[in-house]
Amino acid sequence: MAAAIEFRHASFRYREVSVLMDVSLRVAEGECVAMIGPNGGGKSTLLKLALGLLKPDSGSIQVFDHAPHTGCRLIGYVPQHLHFDPKFPITCMEVVLMGRLDRLPWWGRYPAADREAARETFRRVGLSGLEERPFAALSGGQKQRILIARALCTEPRLLLLDEPTANVDLTVEERFVELLEELRQKVTIVLVTHDLGLVERLTDQVICVNRRVHRHRVSDLDGETLRQIYSAELREQHFAPCDHEVSGPGTPPA
Amino acid sequence: MNAFLQEVLTPGSIVQLATLASLIASVNFGVVGTYVVARRITYIAAAIAHSVLAGIGFAVFARAHFGWDWCAPVLGAIVAAVISAIIIGYVSLYLREREDTIISVVWAVGMSAGLLFLYYSPGFNGNLESFLVGSILYIAPADLWIMGALGLVVVLLCLFFYNPLMAVCFDEEFARLRGVNVPLYYMLLLILTSLSVVLLVQLAGIVLAIALIVLPAAAGLHATGKLWHAMCLATVLAMIQSTLGIAWSYTVEIPAGPAIILLSAASYLAVFGWKWWQSLRAASSLPIRS
Repeated sequence: MAAAIEFRHASFRYREVSVLMDVSLRVAEGECVAMIGPNGGGKSTLLKLALGLLKPDSGSIQVFDHAPHTGCRLIGYVPQHLHFDPKFPITCMEVVLMGRLDRLPWWGRYPAADREAARETFRRVGLSGLEERPFAALSGGQKQRILIARALCTEPRLLLLDEPTANVDLTVEERFVELLEELRQKVTIVLVTHDLGLVERLTDQVICVNRRVHRHRVSDLDGETLRQIYSAELREQHFAPCDHEVSGPGTPPA
Repeated sequence: MNAFLQEVLTPGSIVQLATLASLIASVNFGVVGTYVVARRITYIAAAIAHSVLAGIGFAVFARAHFGWDWCAPVLGAIVAAVISAIIIGYVSLYLREREDTIISVVWAVGMSAGLLFLYYSPGFNGNLESFLVGSILYIAPADLWIMGALGLVVVLLCLFFYNPLMAVCFDEEFARLRGVNVPLYYMLLLILTSLSVVLLVQLAGIVLAIALIVLPAAAGLHATGKLWHAMCLATVLAMIQSTLGIAWSYTVEIPAGPAIILLSAASYLAVFGWKWWQSLRAASSLPIRS
């Protein structure tokens, strides 16, 4: 199967500090993968490299067999932080339609088909009726879902979600999990999260990022063992970088 | 007031030209100002406005020393504004951490160069004040055509690129991922801002121009939650304010620029107060749960 994301010996340093070292990673099309690791371990950097927002110092990265800066059009990206002006005068519909910016015709107005597609994504994330509401007036959880709708509106082959449940309450999270369960039938998903419960419900493929990257398959393990292993590993990672060998899919964690 | 109305309706009168000029520029205040305020780059617009003096000064200097009679101050102003916009744009796109420093430098160097050029221009009659606080009552019919053309180009570009410009202002990173050429649009926005600033400098002068870009747009943005609604509202507000301001200045013989700006500030405060009162009313009408 084609690779949605493929890193080959990629390294990235930020001002002399090595953020990611010799990363080789493959996410096949159709997979649903969670990405975990401590804060500052390089998860966001890894996403930005895949999106072409950063360039690796060495090694190569491909997204659907394209260079990241062109392949990124096939990615629906849901950022972790709303690092834009929270009072910016924009409606939810306008935010979601940003997902169609790359096919904006020369006269600069979104065609009716794009608006219909945008309305459809409002339905999918359960926010129909909020189309004309100012984005600034929404709650944190609703904003998050609008950003997911925007990512879906791009008709992505790969959905990259950076800690989408960090700021939402349990009911919202529950609906979010249902949405992801539905979506993973159709698109490749890479989900960055600290929430091991969420990982458990969605996938058995976990990428551990802490300067180095390795991958585990955990389907053979029961829930309790899984929780123990990953919480122990996460705790361990806060003190020491992962220095064990890069393991391929199918290798259970030691 | 009647005298003002009579003057406005007299073809070719000073007051009519001034009013027409301010109505044309109002569309710019509204459209470009809204982007500037929403993107929070008013300090960039202010720096560009001040650096315009370098261009004006150079034009005056070139006329006096090289006999370049074609080199009108407004032409110098346009060139200086666009150059400052490009410098600031480049720095804020590629050397982000030094952005505020460069803005201050462009601001100060532009003004200093302009003052020196004027100092060394023998023909200059020393009426620096008209550049600093504006001389709307000295608008010539030819200026009106230049302003009209400039205004039209700016507004058409802003409307044509409404969606990508809004996306770049709102979420640069996502726009980039959708294949939008973010540096190009950001530069376009700064250049459109710089051209509008030149229009405003004609009306209100270097020091006051920034207030005209900011105040109507801020009022518009405060009153509505949609970018193009804010643009329309800001335009209408600017038109009313500048016409009333000119009427006021003509009737009681005060400078027009400050009169327009005080009216703009008053209407901004009025919008602010109205929204505040509305939110108080909304809060008090909430059902009280026991």
